[in-house]
Amino acid sequence: MSIIAEHGQILLIMACLFGFFMAWGVGANDVANAMGTSVGSKALTIKQAILIAMIFEFAGAYLAGGEVTSTIRKGILDPALINNSPELLVYGMMAALLAAGTWLLIASMKGWPVSTTHSIVGALVGFAAVGISVDAVNWGKVGTIVASWVVSPVLAGTISFGLFMSVQKLILNTEKPFQNAKKYVPMYMFAVGFMIAMVTLLKGLKHLGIEVDLGLGSKFANALPVAAVIGIIVAIIGKGMLTKVKEEVIPEDANRFGNVERVFAILMIFTACAMAFAHGSNDVANAVGPLAAIASVIGSGGEIASKSALPPWILLLGGGGIVIGLATYGFKVMATIGKKITELTPSRGFAAELGAATTVVFASATGLPISTTHTLVGAVLGVGLARGIGALNLRVVGSIFMSWVITLPAGAGLAILFFFTFKGIFS
Amino acid sequence: MAGNPFGNLFGQSPIRPIQEHMATAHSCATHLSGYFEAVIAGDWDKAKEIQKQISKLEGDADKLKKQVRLNMPKSLFMPVPRSDLLDLVTMQDKIANCTKDIAGIMLGRKMAIPEKMAPIMAEYVQEAVATSAQALKAIQEMDELLETGFRGREVKVVEDLIKELDRLENKNDKLQVKVRAMLFKLEKDLPPVDVMFLYKIIDWVGELADRAQKVGSRLERLLAS
Repeated sequence: MSIIAEHGQILLIMACLFGFFMAWGVGANDVANAMGTSVGSKALTIKQAILIAMIFEFAGAYLAGGEVTSTIRKGILDPALINNSPELLVYGMMAALLAAGTWLLIASMKGWPVSTTHSIVGALVGFAAVGISVDAVNWGKVGTIVASWVVSPVLAGTISFGLFMSVQKLILNTEKPFQNAKKYVPMYMFAVGFMIAMVTLLKGLKHLGIEVDLGLGSKFANALPVAAVIGIIVAIIGKGMLTKVKEEVIPEDANRFGNVERVFAILMIFTACAMAFAHGSNDVANAVGPLAAIASVIGSGGEIASKSALPPWILLLGGGGIVIGLATYGFKVMATIGKKITELTPSRGFAAELGAATTVVFASATGLPISTTHTLVGAVLGVGLARGIGALNLRVVGSIFMSWVITLPAGAGLAILFFFTFKGIFS
Repeated sequence: MAGNPFGNLFGQSPIRPIQEHMATAHSCATHLSGYFEAVIAGDWDKAKEIQKQISKLEGDADKLKKQVRLNMPKSLFMPVPRSDLLDLVTMQDKIANCTKDIAGIMLGRKMAIPEKMAPIMAEYVQEAVATSAQALKAIQEMDELLETGFRGREVKVVEDLIKELDRLENKNDKLQVKVRAMLFKLEKDLPPVDVMFLYKIIDWVGELADRAQKVGSRLERLLAS
């Protein structure tokens, strides 16, 4: 108890710094993956991508990130076991933040594939199992999370495969692809708006204490019309943007689908927003989850509450960290990636992004921390299986999946190291 | 951050380089009509000039072919089988090789075309070049094929182009019979060794058209996969 009372302030400041460091790392690396597809397919310039990322990462974190934060904060550990020594939880969470942030930094310097989600979960499990006891880990929950890492790329791949096939059927493989693109693309835009709105209404707003009540009985029934209206608004805005796209005469030897791809480039602006929102809702939460736990312990003077409101300033700090990471370093990474993904045309990029974004947003809603990059890789493979991408390097897929295996023990090891360091310093 | 995993996931699609290679091989073949004109006119300086260009273009095609091969590692996942794409490039390259052989041997031996044969010979070469042009046209549809996932309507477009290619090659075959018949009539008045080589040239021009047709059939094989 005394430790919390004595050093509470300094511990909280340190935790904020570490949380910010971790969020910065996410912004510097992870966001680039999420947004690189739009830059690569020339739907957005780097400046536009950064602007969209800033707004929607923030919105995603603030409006839909609460559920994942709770999982990280209290789902992986069993708080009952450390009720008598709350300072252990504080050290552990700080160690987890620092471990994940450090690992992220090392990995990005070396150019290894790495996932923030995996490192933070690995770090939490590591410190809890070694620092406290093996029973302190909620293994059932951890099992669910690990399973979701396998399921999410598969699900994203399935969705993007289906989306791409529908694009083929409705638009590309028709008599007048350009006219059909103009006709059907607003439908996809509606889907983007509807999906994001629905998840936010159902799962996100309760952390902010906002309730939408139209008196329709259930929460779901209440959300449905609101989300539909938002979807329609999005589709109308999109349709307005599409009127600017005129059919141009294409020279003999150029690709006849050039005009169609220009329509999809407009659609990609919308999926890029969805992607940034999804990424913000899941990955920001990973960065600030431990911070939320520390803040709740220190704020309550050493109580480990399993239920406490999530202070909005924490999500703001995470969102801010991501934006700053993006502005200081992420744009460079985005430029590099954008150059490499030129083979991804807007019609493919849209299918991959929407597949990934949908999966990530739903995972966020159910409180499962997953890796956005891995999900996006799964979505891209889905489009590839639909014979939509010129060439994919399967060896790289292997290395990305290897990172799952490497990151967990690395995060755990570093967390254990830092945990005992903090324990030594403060006790 | 050179090693960003997500960025490295995307390989370079081989389709554009394959199209470039075919364009080079075909532009090599197009020089053949001018070359025969020069030979028929007996302008060996001009013929030599054109032969140099043909040789240079053949070298360019070889370089492109190597690049395509080296950028197609086994770990690449593509919408169509890798082996079929490699076969296609090999076939395309043979168009350029064939052109170079014809120009080279004619220049080396200063082969004159008998006057009576000249018009039909010129037409015969023209037809062979047209076959190669049609093959290029079909190959230029490959990016559209990728766009539609090698399925549906676009496949029909390419199949029609290949049908036309087959027709042109057939026409060239028929012309070859006429050219041979003409040479057969003239051969007793010509030096025997020259006649031997003339027959060889007639064969090779036929082979050029034949190889252009094979490019089409390799492309067809991609569509069937």
